Amino acid sequence: MADAMLQVRGLTKRFGGLTAVDHVDLEVRPGEVVGLLGDNGAGKSTLIKMISGVYHPDDGQIFFHGKEAKMGSPMDALNLGIETLYQDLALAENLNVYANIFLGREMTKPFLGFIKVLDHDTMHAESSKVLKRLEIEIPSLRSQIKNLSGGQRQAVAISRSIYWNAKLLIMDEPTAALGVAEQRKVLDLVRVLRGQNIPVIIISHQMYDIFSVTDRLVIMRRGKKVAERNTKETTPDEVVGLIIGSEEVERKN
Amino acid sequence: MPSKANGQAVLAYLGERWAAFFLLLLLVVFSLVGRNFFSIKNFSNILYFATTYALLSAGETFVIVTGGIDLSVGFVMGFVGVSSAIVMRDMFAAHYSQAVCMVVGTLVGLAVGILPGLVNGFLVARLRVPPFIATLGMYGVANGVALALSQGFPIYFLPPRVQQIGNSFIAYAVPGRPLTFFQRPPDLKPDEIRALVGIVPGTVLVAAVILLISWFVLKRTRFGQHTYAIGGSKDAALRSGINVPRHLTWIYVLSSVFASLAGIIYVFRIGLGNFTTFNSSYELFAIAGVVIGGASLMGGKGSIGGALIGTLILMTLENGLNIVGIQAFFRYIATGLILIAAVMIDQFALERRSSFV
Amino acid sequence: MSETVLAARRAGGATRWMGRNWALLFLLIELAAFILLGRNFQSLENIQNIFVACLPVLLLGMGETFVIITGGIDLSVGFVMGFGAVICAKFMVLLQAAGLPPSASIPLAALICLVVGLVPGFVNGVLVARLKVPAFLATFGMYGIAYGVSEIVSSNTPISGLPAEAGFIGNEYFLYIIPRKLVTFIKPDHLGPEDLKVMLSIFPIIVIIAAVFVAIFAFILRRTRFGQHNYAIGGSQDAAVRAGINVPRHLTWVYVISAFFASLSGVMYALKYVTGRADAGSARMLDSVVAVVIGGASLYGGTGTVKGTIIGALIIATLETGMVNLGVPYHFRYIAIGLILVLAVLIDQFFPELVGRGE
Repeated sequence: MADAMLQVRGLTKRFGGLTAVDHVDLEVRPGEVVGLLGDNGAGKSTLIKMISGVYHPDDGQIFFHGKEAKMGSPMDALNLGIETLYQDLALAENLNVYANIFLGREMTKPFLGFIKVLDHDTMHAESSKVLKRLEIEIPSLRSQIKNLSGGQRQAVAISRSIYWNAKLLIMDEPTAALGVAEQRKVLDLVRVLRGQNIPVIIISHQMYDIFSVTDRLVIMRRGKKVAERNTKETTPDEVVGLIIGSEEVERKN
Repeated sequence: MPSKANGQAVLAYLGERWAAFFLLLLLVVFSLVGRNFFSIKNFSNILYFATTYALLSAGETFVIVTGGIDLSVGFVMGFVGVSSAIVMRDMFAAHYSQAVCMVVGTLVGLAVGILPGLVNGFLVARLRVPPFIATLGMYGVANGVALALSQGFPIYFLPPRVQQIGNSFIAYAVPGRPLTFFQRPPDLKPDEIRALVGIVPGTVLVAAVILLISWFVLKRTRFGQHTYAIGGSKDAALRSGINVPRHLTWIYVLSSVFASLAGIIYVFRIGLGNFTTFNSSYELFAIAGVVIGGASLMGGKGSIGGALIGTLILMTLENGLNIVGIQAFFRYIATGLILIAAVMIDQFALERRSSFV
Repeated sequence: MSETVLAARRAGGATRWMGRNWALLFLLIELAAFILLGRNFQSLENIQNIFVACLPVLLLGMGETFVIITGGIDLSVGFVMGFGAVICAKFMVLLQAAGLPPSASIPLAALICLVVGLVPGFVNGVLVARLKVPAFLATFGMYGIAYGVSEIVSSNTPISGLPAEAGFIGNEYFLYIIPRKLVTFIKPDHLGPEDLKVMLSIFPIIVIIAAVFVAIFAFILRRTRFGQHNYAIGGSQDAAVRAGINVPRHLTWVYVISAFFASLSGVMYALKYVTGRADAGSARMLDSVVAVVIGGASLYGGTGTVKGTIIGALIIATLETGMVNLGVPYHFRYIAIGLILVLAVLIDQFFPELVGRGE
């Protein structure tokens, strides 16, 4: 497993008397799309938050590119190249597309020799490039986010991560609030990412999405990892069974 | 495309810029209806009174764009005015030169004015106290300190040049003589004195420069961009690595400093230091100016230019109504009405725009 | 489960009670401090002074309580109070000049004032509830309008010439007791100096009048459907709408109630000071919001009680009276109030579990 990009061993998180994540092992290889599944309260979000530095693990280790990673804060994860897209996307509605892509890291050019002024043209050009690379079509990069559709917003959020050299992308319910056509577009985007060797972890409840885009599935229940399957080797029924823990499936294992 | 869509677009465009058109309308109406409204002297007057409010509005713009509010500006203005006046008075009494008194007084005022901003910023940014409450608390504290320092009385006995400077103009014009700058023309005859016109008060120039710099910062720099970002989505800003608590603290300090400037300019103008009375409602006018100029109290929207237009609308109204002979307190009523109208128009324009996206 | 809740649970019932009732504790400590440090702070007269002093803040706070529970705010109360004071005073003068005896002119003027005072509340309500103007802005606008109108009506000077009986109601008491000699509802005339010294005056009349209204509305808030709906709207406006509550109409009523109390406070002012001025309530807006927040309301809506507001108002009034008693310059009052406000919010923010809201 030396070529695993992300390796998680025995990761555990407790809140008071409750064990939210119980000694979970996980691996993600370059160019893989891994689906993380489980019912509400299974521990998926908590696991993700430990990988992206929001929570400190109580036990266990995280390895990135073979080296142990101590995530003290979200910035640590971001610096390693682990980007997480939560459901609310963290976009500023009142700013436009390229302003969002460059949020926090705006490009500037000198004005009158010493004052740093926003360099709108370069930001626009660079954003154009990354959108093209991801095969995303947005008519005007100067439109404000609030005027874009759900799918387009996802695309902008993803572009932002890619522009800043994300090495691993974690997406939490990416298609939840989208219409059918837009869901397709987001899934296509995920495939493009895979094509560029960027691994993606997707948390989702949508069976269709999971089965159309993932390579591997990891199922959690009550904090523990209960199963791992190659997507091609399983069925939605079996997966649902594993998620809710019906007895037949357990006996099979 | 059918012309109906274009009609909607035009309405939306006008809706967004209604304040500028309204100001134009006011200027035209008052020029026609009022005697002597349309004169350099009167316009100078309007600008003169507008300076304090414009400065307060400018500071308030930064705060409102981040989705916050600063209710303490009026009282900080009084507090700083009183502080710098006391310094100037005491140094003058100790026989320091007038220039030194004024410079030190101004610096002390500015330094002291940073404190309320720091406290506000700390409360809002780090202790997560709602801005409304934090600045309301400061409103009380600043007022209390101002009253304590001044014992409820204006501060007199400032160096005489203070008021001179505060009321000086950039240029002076007398018919039949060349323009003079910064000083009155020498040896004026009595009827020439009566005809003397001052062009652009010095304090207005100072305020204009500050406003220009604010406009530039808000519109063209990273700092300004981050200000809008925080107003649009604090979360997004946080996750993009923007140091939101620090930025917000800066914003409230800025607001405080602008209020301090307004207070100091006020001292220079009237030649004494005075605490702010409750009925002056400076914060009402500052916030109204910003909102009329297009800002949203939810944050993410607003501009210095808009705040300036909003302030000018309020000032023009007061001036115009006065000239036409209507009582001064209509100004409060007018402010309230226009403020409410501004919000409603803003909401209609918003709906129009998004309906054909 | 969060660490604070666990700690609070372990801390036991007593600590939790203290956390929940910190305002009451603060009031008691405050009283104790002034009694110890002050001169004769605990005299009957002084304690009653506290109640009289807390009236403006309490009455304004009553209206604000209703509004704040729904998640809104009413910034116009201070100047609507001034408006009320001016209207009431003006009509007392007019009615008296028209020949009515004080027993008719005073109540009539008060009634007119209360009715007219509903107008700003109605306007606020329509703006907030039906035109969806944010409460902050709508009432901020009304703040300016009310002030302007008051100044115009009063021609920018305090109104004088009210019937003397108004001052009587405003400053006298309900019950007079001369120990072992006399118990009467009317202030006795022709009293000798020794009798005067031992006479006990109890229950300032305006406190009683205010108490009646406070009790009525406390009941409404706590025990009627209207009150229940108030909390519901504050909790989730959406849920309230879907539950069939006529939210726009309810909210309009809430702002009318707020204006009613502001006008009532104006009437009290006119009675107490025998004049009406536009700036009668200008300093009180801050205080009333502070009182409500100290009393446990959250500015986000959904919580708050009349009992809490009463305690908040008393805390402020005790502070004022205490400062006068100790000879502390009045200015420090503003500083203290500002600080208490921030303290109240911080406690609310950082110890919601202790204060009983996290459960």
